[in-house]
Amino acid sequence: MVTVFVPGDAGAVSVGADAVAGELARECRRRELPIRLVRNGSRGLYWLEPLVEVVTGAGRVAYGPVQASDISSLLDAGLLDGGPHALRLGDIEDHGWLRSQQRLTTSRIGVVDPSDIDDYIAHGGYVGLNAALKMPPHEIVRAVTDAGLRGRGGAAFPTGIKWQTVHDQVAPQKYIACNADEGDSGTFSDRMLMEGDPFSLIEGMSIAGLAVGATRGYIYLRVEYPHAARALARALHVARERGYLGANLRDSGRDFDIAVRMGAGAYICGEETSMLESLEGRRGEVRVRPPLPAIKGLFGQPTVVNNVVTLATVPVILARGPAFYRDFGVGKSRGTVPMQLAGNVKQGGLVERAFGLTVNQLVYDYGGGTASGRPVRAVQIGGPLGAYLPSSAFDTPLEYEALSARNALLGHAGVVVFDDTVDMARMARFALEFCAIESCGKCTPCRVGSTRGVELMDRILAKRGVVHGDIALLEELCDTMQNGSLCGLGGLTPFPVRSALAHFSEDFR
Amino acid sequence: MNPVPPAIERCVSMAVARMKGEPGPLLEILHLVQNELGCVPPESVPLIASALNLSRAEVHGVVSFYHHFREQPAGQHTIKLCRAEACQAMGGDALAAFATQRLGAEFGETRKDGKVTLEAVYCLGNCACAPSALIDGQLRGRVGRDVLEECAVGWGVPA
Repeated sequence: MVTVFVPGDAGAVSVGADAVAGELARECRRRELPIRLVRNGSRGLYWLEPLVEVVTGAGRVAYGPVQASDISSLLDAGLLDGGPHALRLGDIEDHGWLRSQQRLTTSRIGVVDPSDIDDYIAHGGYVGLNAALKMPPHEIVRAVTDAGLRGRGGAAFPTGIKWQTVHDQVAPQKYIACNADEGDSGTFSDRMLMEGDPFSLIEGMSIAGLAVGATRGYIYLRVEYPHAARALARALHVARERGYLGANLRDSGRDFDIAVRMGAGAYICGEETSMLESLEGRRGEVRVRPPLPAIKGLFGQPTVVNNVVTLATVPVILARGPAFYRDFGVGKSRGTVPMQLAGNVKQGGLVERAFGLTVNQLVYDYGGGTASGRPVRAVQIGGPLGAYLPSSAFDTPLEYEALSARNALLGHAGVVVFDDTVDMARMARFALEFCAIESCGKCTPCRVGSTRGVELMDRILAKRGVVHGDIALLEELCDTMQNGSLCGLGGLTPFPVRSALAHFSEDFR
Repeated sequence: MNPVPPAIERCVSMAVARMKGEPGPLLEILHLVQNELGCVPPESVPLIASALNLSRAEVHGVVSFYHHFREQPAGQHTIKLCRAEACQAMGGDALAAFATQRLGAEFGETRKDGKVTLEAVYCLGNCACAPSALIDGQLRGRVGRDVLEECAVGWGVPA
């Protein structure tokens, strides 16, 4: 029986993959062609979605972008044997866009059946956990430290140091809390991982549990991700049934289990202490630090809070050793990073490479320029709290230190492309408006500063062409927010505002 | 005080029974109630508060904090249009203006005839296929005016 992959990834579904899968199943039944239909994750080449792959004697053959109306002609052309057709792309792994990547964390997305644990294991899954089960906890922590892994959610804090702190606490209960509240515009790598390779997250959390002595994990998932919720529920059920989760996992004498908790549409809950409040069933108001979550976190107990990509990177570190992972990257940015290319771009999607790729390479070599065909004017890196960079700064490598030297940040590694029709003063206004909408309200610089900022921007927009002193006032307001806010929402909102002002001042005058 | 409608009472007690053993169950209970009733009705708040030994203010504070929870049911159809940067880069602002005009509702509002609720969301994680929208719970990418027009016609929203 021929195996056909049609992505069940939310992005692929959003452009017609469910209809393609339905039509394919129907038409094959009608033609009495038996097929095994697998709903895989997305390979991450979103301009080619829905991307259908057929397993033939000569390997996997891809077709895309396929619409339901193409199915009949594809079957006529011998789709199930990899026959020629205008949409035929050949082996997608030979596609330059994919072949040039270095996929360590995201290697299985789009390749495996995300509901099949045996497929996961056949593609190198659970090698890391099996290795960790033979190691004393402090050695697991050391492996993660030695790999140089830093938090991929945005804060870039060294993961091993966080784990060591939790490891060193004596407490009746410790937790692993996975932050799956991926709210930054332009980012979707967490979503792709949870939908396309959920076992890697489960394995990573299990290893974290063994390392720090936690027996309970929570995945705090944003409510905007129902497809990920279903993929996780299926995978957790299978992992439990097969003894990879629960009491005495893999006959190790150790317990670890995971529950999913849904967020409710609050951007601030991606901030770790706000997320913990929300997990406890309260308003997502930021906590004052100290104490750190690693010492007093969920329900007052020591808690590892890591992002999805961070945790899903742990298995490959344990499987192939910290040196293997650390050898990728540059300077203090070790390993690889799954970057997400989005917005006004011809070829958007997931690009995982060693740190150090320049913005130019990402936007032009991978992205192929804008979707509109107009010149690129700016990119925003790192979500709504990230800086805007002008094309003159596109030689900046995408790594923590180089971006920081440009008053920018990598964040969760989303890059949003804008063409020359963008009004950067309006984007600055939007940054402040977004902060006003999403502020938890606990601290004044963020709660009041953002609203005053929107009012100020409205004045600046109305007075373009006239000389006035409001831009100096905007700078002062940014100072207050940046230095006086409790967390990154108020503290980083000045980044997009100030970078827009610094690089695109003509739009403000 | 008016008696609580039995459907609400039944829904709350089932949600509470399902989650009460779990630590920090309030958000999960609110999700169960909203999934069942289409909103978290104000009448349910005292019931949830008393079951969890919280004050009504605490429960109301949580319901009102999160954008996802609503106190009134939405219209027959819902469009949640992404207003975040990646979608703006692909003409999201013009699309949003068209949506309010064609659907006859501002963001956060339901049409007077109850046919459509229009809401803003900030990122659906589909930023490589922008602009994105959730239309009656279904994620749609590369949304243009044609998609919204088709919805409006299909739902009988007068032009």
